[in-house]
Amino acid sequence: MVDFTGWSMPVQYTSIVEEHHATRNAAGLFDISHMGRLLFKGPDAAAFVDSLVTRKTDDMPPGRARYALVTNQQGGILDDVLVYHLTDGSGTSYRMMVVNAGNREKILHWIDQHRPAFNGDVSVSDATRDWAMIALQGPLSQELLAPLTPADLDAMRYYTITETTVAGNDAKISRTGYTGEVGFEIILAADAVTAVWDQLFTAGKERGVVPCGLGSRDTLRFEAGMPLYGHELNETINPFQAGLDFGVDLDKRDYPGRSALVAARQRSDDPVRVGLELDSKRIAREGATIFAGETSVGTVTSGTFSPTLQRTIAMGYVTPERSSVGEALEIDIRGRRAPARIVRLPFYRRKAERKSGS
Amino acid sequence: MNPEQLLYAETHEWVDVATDGTGAKVATVGLSAFAVEALTDLVFIELPELGRQVTAGESFGEIESVKAVSDIYSPVSGEVVAVNDALTANLQQLAEDPFGKGWIVKIKIADESSLSKLVDHATYQKQCAEEDH
Repeated sequence: MVDFTGWSMPVQYTSIVEEHHATRNAAGLFDISHMGRLLFKGPDAAAFVDSLVTRKTDDMPPGRARYALVTNQQGGILDDVLVYHLTDGSGTSYRMMVVNAGNREKILHWIDQHRPAFNGDVSVSDATRDWAMIALQGPLSQELLAPLTPADLDAMRYYTITETTVAGNDAKISRTGYTGEVGFEIILAADAVTAVWDQLFTAGKERGVVPCGLGSRDTLRFEAGMPLYGHELNETINPFQAGLDFGVDLDKRDYPGRSALVAARQRSDDPVRVGLELDSKRIAREGATIFAGETSVGTVTSGTFSPTLQRTIAMGYVTPERSSVGEALEIDIRGRRAPARIVRLPFYRRKAERKSGS
Repeated sequence: MNPEQLLYAETHEWVDVATDGTGAKVATVGLSAFAVEALTDLVFIELPELGRQVTAGESFGEIESVKAVSDIYSPVSGEVVAVNDALTANLQQLAEDPFGKGWIVKIKIADESSLSKLVDHATYQKQCAEEDH
C-alpha cells in the first residue's frame, strides 16, 4: 500500500502486468474512490460549472458526461475533469464534476474564489467521502455488470451516465473509464461499496476478473495514450500542447484562461505531447531529457514497459519541429543515451467492439 | 542456497562466500526474495562485464521493473569473475529462484574488510520487517 494524495492505496494486488492483461482480456476491478466527486445544485448549477471549464457543458442533455479542463488565467491546466448531467429522485437536474484526487482541494478553492462573482443560484458540495467509486473495465465488464442492475447497459453510449441500482443499492453507472477498454464506472454510497465490490468480484473471478491497483491503472491509461495529471498535465501546460483540442471550446463562451487559450491557439512554438517508442529495455522515466543530436528538444513526462506491446514506451513534450511521427531522437536515461522514435498516440487501440447480431 | 546461511547488505543483496581452488575467497551475489517481491514485474537487468573491478557500496548494475528502476550495489570489493548471463534472456529465473538460479555475479574478494558491513539472516529479516511498515 502507498500513500496516494492522502489515500492509502495498493500499487498492485498481485502483479501490475497480470492485472493489466486481465483488464485487456477479461475485466479489471478498480477502487477509484479517491477521485473527487463535487456536486453543483440549484437552478444555475449548469451555468456555474460552464463558467469554470474549457468545454461547453451546459447544453448536455440529462445523462451525458463530458471531458473538460479547468484552466488558470494563463491557460495552464489546473485539472482535467469529467462533468456529468444528473437528475435526482425528484426530477431535479444537477451537475457532478469528477476531479483528480490530488487536485480536489485546489479545485474546491478555485470554485470558492469564483463563486462570489457568479451571478446565480448554485450550491456546491463535496461528496467525495460519502460516495465511493468502482471502475469495472474490460471486454467482460458489460456481461458481468448486467445481471446486477436493471439498467439497460446495451443502450448506454460512451460518455453517458444513468441513475439506477447495482446489487440492490442506489448507484450511478457511467460508461467511462481510463483504460482504453469498454467499461463502466459505478458511483454509490461509501457504506455499500464493499458488498457491491464483493458481488462483482464473485461474479467475475472464475472468468479471470481481478482487482487492479494504481500500477496497472497507470500502464493501461498509458497504452491508451491518455494523459495523467502531474505528469503530462500541469499548470504550465495548456490543453493544445497536450493534444486536448477537443476539450476546448473558445467560441461565445467565457471562463478563466479563455483569452490566454485564444492566444495559445495561434502560437506554433509551444512544446507538444508525443508518444515515444524505444528499443532499449531501460525505461525512460519522468524527467529524462530528449535529444536531437546534441540539442535538448524535450523532456519525458512518463515512461513504462508496455505489457500489451511488450516494449518500452514513453510520453513527453518536445519542440514542435521535432514532433513528427517517425522522428528519430535520443533519450538520456540515467546518463546514457537510448534511441527513441516518435509514434502515433495512442500506443494501443482496442479492436472495434463487435456486438452480437451486428 | 539456504537463505538463512547467507550474508546480506542493507541494500538487499545477498552474499555467499566460498573459497576457490587457489584459496581466494569468492562471493556469489544475488538479490533477496524480499527485494525481488518488492520490485515485482521485472523487465530488465543490466549486468557488469567480466573482469570489472567493483567496490563495496557502489552500483555495478541496475534492475528495471514496471514500477521503478533500482541500482544493484556490490556488497564486496573485488573483481567480477562470473556473470549469470542467463538472466538477460530469462529474468523470470530471478523472480522464481532469487537464492538459486537467480544469482547475479561472482566476485573475487580483494578486500575482506568489506564483509564486516554485511549482516546475518536474522538481522536482515528484522530490517525487512521494518521496511514493510
